[in-house]
Amino acid sequence: MNLKIAVCIKPVPDPNFYDQITIHPVKKTITRQGIPTIINPVDKNALEAALQLREQVGGTVTVLTMAPPNGEESLRELLAMGADDACLLTDRAFAGADTLATSYTLAQGLKKLGNFDLVFTGTESADGATSQVPSQLAQWLGVAHLWNVSELQLQEQALRAKMKIENGYIEYAVKLPALIAVTRDLNTPRFTSIMGVMKAKKKPLTVYTVNDLDVEMDKLGLKGSPTQPGGIFAPSLGRKGERLTGDIDEIIDQLLIKLRAAGLNVEAADACQERR
Amino acid sequence: MTAKTAGGIWVVAEQVAGRINTVSYELLSKACALKKQLKSPEPVVAVVLGKAVEEIEQLGRFGAEEIITVFAPALEIYQNDTYALVLQDLITARDPSLVLMGATAIGQDLAPVLGARLKTGVAAHCVDVRINEDNYLVAVVPAFGGKVLGDILCPNTRPQMATLKPGVLGKPTTVSEPSFIITNYDPSCSLQKDQGRIKALEVVRQEQTGMPLEEAEVIVIGGWGIGSQENWTLLEELASLLGGAVGCTRPVVDEQWVKSEQQMIGTSGKSVRPKVYLGFALSGATHHVCGMKDSGLVISVNKDAAAPIFAVSDLRIVGDAKTFLTALIKRIKGK
Repeated sequence: MNLKIAVCIKPVPDPNFYDQITIHPVKKTITRQGIPTIINPVDKNALEAALQLREQVGGTVTVLTMAPPNGEESLRELLAMGADDACLLTDRAFAGADTLATSYTLAQGLKKLGNFDLVFTGTESADGATSQVPSQLAQWLGVAHLWNVSELQLQEQALRAKMKIENGYIEYAVKLPALIAVTRDLNTPRFTSIMGVMKAKKKPLTVYTVNDLDVEMDKLGLKGSPTQPGGIFAPSLGRKGERLTGDIDEIIDQLLIKLRAAGLNVEAADACQERR
Repeated sequence: MTAKTAGGIWVVAEQVAGRINTVSYELLSKACALKKQLKSPEPVVAVVLGKAVEEIEQLGRFGAEEIITVFAPALEIYQNDTYALVLQDLITARDPSLVLMGATAIGQDLAPVLGARLKTGVAAHCVDVRINEDNYLVAVVPAFGGKVLGDILCPNTRPQMATLKPGVLGKPTTVSEPSFIITNYDPSCSLQKDQGRIKALEVVRQEQTGMPLEEAEVIVIGGWGIGSQENWTLLEELASLLGGAVGCTRPVVDEQWVKSEQQMIGTSGKSVRPKVYLGFALSGATHHVCGMKDSGLVISVNKDAAAPIFAVSDLRIVGDAKTFLTALIKRIKGK
């Protein structure tokens, strides 16, 4: 069995720096200057799942992204991790896309690359975190899909998978071809070896622009997006932050008073030995 | 597609193992609020898919004027293909202007599938929705872990869809005089189109340990700085003394000091609004703050006086979490 597998990934601003994101006071755009770009963390779990299946039954693993030209760096990193080839979809015509237009573009990119038995994605991206692209991508591709998959097994032409839900899971059997959006519980992504980095330099990386794809222009980018952004704002979360001082017993005294004032029924021995 | 519809504010009520998820009631309360904001009021409709679902009437008590039940053995367990086939046909036939769903695992999968099939927009994991002066739905969507909120509109296609995070809308309220009709919808025509690509085998519900975060008036939360499983038991002891629940941040889930990810508070975890939030040894990453910002009294203990959590706290205690926990527990026990 030779599986043709694709993994869709997204370069995102590093989530560890999101407290530095600001809104430009005049232009009302998001300023993310100086924040490094990384591969969306759970997308590495998606690649790991693909690599494990390739090792199990044979086949190829292609990584795909729709991104600005520097998306190439992320793809090279995943080639170093073990993917066989890569494809970057980049064009100004793709810009401003919501999840529907993004998933359409990815679908047309995948179709151009051939018929895949399996497509893996992460469940959500760290930046927008809408988590909608995987499920919508499956609709454009016309294949079955499962989202939020935390366990996966290949049994002949079908997959057994667990979809994580609140307080439990649902178990499914899915026929191939299929798209699977994975959670971080599924596996632990492997580290990249020096050898991997060396090999990655020679692996094929194709760049497609809008002219290379069979697309309807009105389904791309801003034009193909039924949702439109309105205003953006940074919620004001600041609280006045009174600092409790003194020795530990004095601090606890003050805390207990505040807890009771907030309506909690706290039975406690007060520091001055008066029990309530 | 035009922006004219037959009207209706729909809530897709979620059921797992025959029980309606409480987020459905939160959505109905919000739907009732939206109805008042619309230029001309539209009916609030709840749709529930399943095999047999308990306490359907509850949906009416929380504001549904019509409850559409879609019952069939094939719909017992959520399965995106079958659920989408049925809802796509139902929405196309009845043409509502708004469709709200919970941003639960099921809702976060089903809503975008419907959006793609109906070629309309879905605002994801919203923290609020309202109707603007143009009579459009405005969905407030967090990005970058909640650091930024953006308004999302869907002006040209219908229905306008949104998923809302459980817990962000606050406690739902029942209507004073419930008045509703129940409509049974036969899904067999829709289900005939199913290609049988996916088979749902079983639902497994894990036992919840301790008090659920959503119900707790006080939540004791720990972060990575708690340091060890042994120290973690101090948090559990304090929570139990205060009659509250224990919550955590992402690193604690990774360290496996908690049994279930259900205890995680934040963008990818739960949104909570307890009367009292007591946080220990957590830094206050944007992702976490997004899930706790609506709490009543926020108290934080951290040895780093510059920890970001202090900027969103009402009471700051600078000190070692373990020492403070031990002393506080001792005091409450009165020994």
